[in-house]
Amino acid sequence: MNLLKKYKYAVLFSLCLLGLYIGWPEKGFSAAMISLKDARMILTVLPPVLLLIGLFDVWVPRETVIRYMGAKSGVRGLIFAFILGAMAAGPLFVAFPIAAMLASKGARLANILFFIGIWSTAKLPMLLFEISFMGKEFTFIHVSVGIIMFLAGSFVLEKVVPETTIDTLQSMVGRK
Amino acid sequence: MTYPILWIVVAGLLLLSFFKDRAKTKKALMMALKQFSNLLSVLIGLVLFLGMARSLIDPALIGRLIGPESGVLGVAGGLIIGSIMLIPGFVAFPLAAGFLEIGAGYPQVAGFIAALMSVGVSTAPLELKYFGVRLTVLRNLLCLLTAIVFVLVIWWRGI
Repeated sequence: MNLLKKYKYAVLFSLCLLGLYIGWPEKGFSAAMISLKDARMILTVLPPVLLLIGLFDVWVPRETVIRYMGAKSGVRGLIFAFILGAMAAGPLFVAFPIAAMLASKGARLANILFFIGIWSTAKLPMLLFEISFMGKEFTFIHVSVGIIMFLAGSFVLEKVVPETTIDTLQSMVGRK
Repeated sequence: MTYPILWIVVAGLLLLSFFKDRAKTKKALMMALKQFSNLLSVLIGLVLFLGMARSLIDPALIGRLIGPESGVLGVAGGLIIGSIMLIPGFVAFPLAAGFLEIGAGYPQVAGFIAALMSVGVSTAPLELKYFGVRLTVLRNLLCLLTAIVFVLVIWWRGI
């Protein structure tokens, strides 16, 4: 029963897909193909990132993270958050486990949120892609607006969320 | 692509870690496994949902919805579709360029792209687990606001 509850979305959408396939085989087939392609993409990027997070946990001391991204890290913390976000690989949800790891090692929430923002909008590999399809000016405006808004927004959000937020984030790290 | 490099780097680091300290390496592996199983249940549902959504929604229809005459409504449409969908970047940018080719306006496409990359309505069940309700909602609103500012700048610049 517990397992069914955990996989409720998976079961629900499997049934939907089955229904779609029976009612409209052509669309059902193409939906399954798109899902398979996405699953392959996720399986190429997620495992190595999770392994990196695991290695980071056992080898990087808490003090180091606190020094570089903790409460008193100041501008240096933001620079590290920016570099981490810019080097990103993969879709945004891959950043959530990384955020949990950073939080559990004592990184400041504003720095983590800035990292997530940069990951979403200004990751380097995607930037080159954006320039070639959308042009330099479009990309430049997109990234600049993103950096300014996320910089300000990270500190505002840090102020207004409940204090339990960081505990929730830390608990997701899966250390036990 | 960058992914094979990522795998090689991680494999190298794992090997190095294994030679230095087996117990620690085992701990790291267990942690990765735990996180993976944490994410898996939501990811399977997510991937199935997005597959169906993308198969059923006709790109040409989106293109028409955010056409050059569509104005503010087209921007809103682009923002909403971008917020809900999750499309890998290397699919999304060619798609967006295709929208422009069939006559979509730059501000509308800007709203679509910016929301697509940062707002995650379909990944919200996952984000909730990590950030809780309040931060998930606020983070997504911040990203939506950022997308709107981006659209306004694009509009004002008249690209």
